[in-house]
Amino acid sequence: MKKILKYVVVDIVQNKIVLIYTFLLLLISLSVFNLESNSAKGLLSLLNIILILVPLICIIFSTIYIYNSSEFIELLVSQPLKRKSIWISLFGGLASSLSLAFFIGGGIPILLYHADSTGFMMIAVGLFLTVVFVSIAMLAAGMTRDKAKGIGLSILLWLYFSLIFDALVLFFLFQFQDYPLEKAMVCFSFLNPIDLARIQILLQMDISALMGYTGAVFREFFGNEIGVALSFVGLFLWILFPLLLSLKRFNERDL
Amino acid sequence: MKRVLSVMTIICAVAMTAQSKVIRVGYTKSIRSIQQAVDLSQNGDTVLVDPGTYMEKNIIIQKSITLKGINYPVLDGENEFAIISVKTSNATIEGFRLQHTGRSEIRDLGAIMIYDSYKVCVLNNILEDTNFGVYVQNSKRCTIKDNSITAYGKDEVQSGNGIHCWRSDSLVIIGNKIKGHRDGLYFEFVKNSLIWRNVSTRNVRYGIHFMFSNRNTYVSNIFERNEAGVAVMYSKNIHMYNNHFLNNWGDAAYGILLKDITDSDISGNYFRKNTVGLHMEGCSRIELYKNIFNSNGWAVKIQASCDNNDFTRNNFLGNTFDIGTNGSLVLNTFTGNYWDKYEGYDLHKDNVGDIPYHPVSMYSMIIDSNPAALMLFRSLIVGLLDKTEKILPGVTPENLRDNKPVMKQIKL
Repeated sequence: MKKILKYVVVDIVQNKIVLIYTFLLLLISLSVFNLESNSAKGLLSLLNIILILVPLICIIFSTIYIYNSSEFIELLVSQPLKRKSIWISLFGGLASSLSLAFFIGGGIPILLYHADSTGFMMIAVGLFLTVVFVSIAMLAAGMTRDKAKGIGLSILLWLYFSLIFDALVLFFLFQFQDYPLEKAMVCFSFLNPIDLARIQILLQMDISALMGYTGAVFREFFGNEIGVALSFVGLFLWILFPLLLSLKRFNERDL
Repeated sequence: MKRVLSVMTIICAVAMTAQSKVIRVGYTKSIRSIQQAVDLSQNGDTVLVDPGTYMEKNIIIQKSITLKGINYPVLDGENEFAIISVKTSNATIEGFRLQHTGRSEIRDLGAIMIYDSYKVCVLNNILEDTNFGVYVQNSKRCTIKDNSITAYGKDEVQSGNGIHCWRSDSLVIIGNKIKGHRDGLYFEFVKNSLIWRNVSTRNVRYGIHFMFSNRNTYVSNIFERNEAGVAVMYSKNIHMYNNHFLNNWGDAAYGILLKDITDSDISGNYFRKNTVGLHMEGCSRIELYKNIFNSNGWAVKIQASCDNNDFTRNNFLGNTFDIGTNGSLVLNTFTGNYWDKYEGYDLHKDNVGDIPYHPVSMYSMIIDSNPAALMLFRSLIVGLLDKTEKILPGVTPENLRDNKPVMKQIKL
């Protein structure tokens, strides 16, 4: 298993796309911090990148990578290896190398320019989102053998998590605005890893505004250590479930 | 001529002795009670009190004397009485430590009660665990300076105000530190007064609360972490300069709440980390200039009931929302402010943006009607909605805009 993991990591790290991704992220982060008058504003711009760009790159790159290495996977399966360890090490390799890419591209500039609790939260959230979307990509790639369909599906999933889900919640909010929705909103946020990540950063950046009426409910839940722990548990489950589901499919699938 | 001279000399001498008469109070002195010394004194005398603890059950001062403590003698109200009551002119109370006043549902009990007086000074006292700290009623030209007033109020009903002024005129309130009361400073029907360099923090309700108090000036005060911030209502000709409003958090907490304030001047103030920096309701003809709004939830919430207020040369930095409002009617003007969210350009290089800035974001309108939606803030869909609204305004008031936004932060 270690050998496969090592092979995958070395393969991905040498991949030009990942290098470009790292470099681009680094460039954007540095320019964002240097262009804006204060680093808090830079952090805000970076938030959009972390919440939109990082999931997109992760999910698409991972999906394509899995399809491209289908022959390699077939080769491995023909060896005396457990399917589970093949799939997990594939996931581990993707997740660790993309996390490394994010850490170099986004994490180091944040540490340089804004090393406070908001910055640390941002790095943590970015790393988690990277792994979550690798996991979701594994699921998408495991669903179908057709490469075009698989990539289409992963783009759709990204679109769903970053845009459509929030639009649906907003729609729901307005349909039921006569009802107390604070608790429902807490539940909803667990249904979307990007929302979980966003709320954690919101609690760091917009705490003054959040102290308003509904904010108080959210702060009570997310603001204390248990809430923070719970939302990271939520993110962790978002890694675990798609991965296990895809593993089950991979185990049963006729290659 | 000689006789006249000698009479004058005698009068002077009498006056001099009368002026310089000092009555000492202390455990080792012949007079042990402050009340006794006060009763013995005449106008112009000084009562000097030695260090120690005095349980005196409401000392009443009705002469123009100076009551002065050496090394902060302790006056204790035994959780039952008011401590000093003043009903005179030209009296001074200086250098005491007053503690444990009574609490009453019927009467207002406080450490220093000033009734119907003229030119009374309260200087440099330490007040601890008081119901009301300094209570001024129907008095003129009183000075309250450099006192430290601390209470441990738990709820609004059970506690009194730090400095409570009612129906008074020309008061001067300088350099007091007030903590833990219901309202730090409370004014009702107080005119022509100066409130300068006070620090009012962690009060159960408001840092400062005034109503029907016209022509007052507030300079360089600090209001921090009060449960409901600062509230000022129904007053005219208010001048507020260089005050700090900090860290007032909560659903009804405002850096400052202005209700029915007219013809006033608000300048050089600093609002930081409040849920709402400045809330205006029914206000008219207020000039707001050179203020700094930094890291607030809403920098300014201005209700549609306000008119002819003028915002010029203010800095808006790092606020979640710059302006919030509740209607489409806009009768106020915004000119030449710096908005850090402004995305326009300046082709003439004259430091004035070429396109107007709309400080009300669509999402702040949505949150105003549906507070739970705050949780979707900073998501992609909200960003898209806001951008669309900026291009084609539909929900936000089109007239609420700064036509001459400044490109660089204004140096204040």
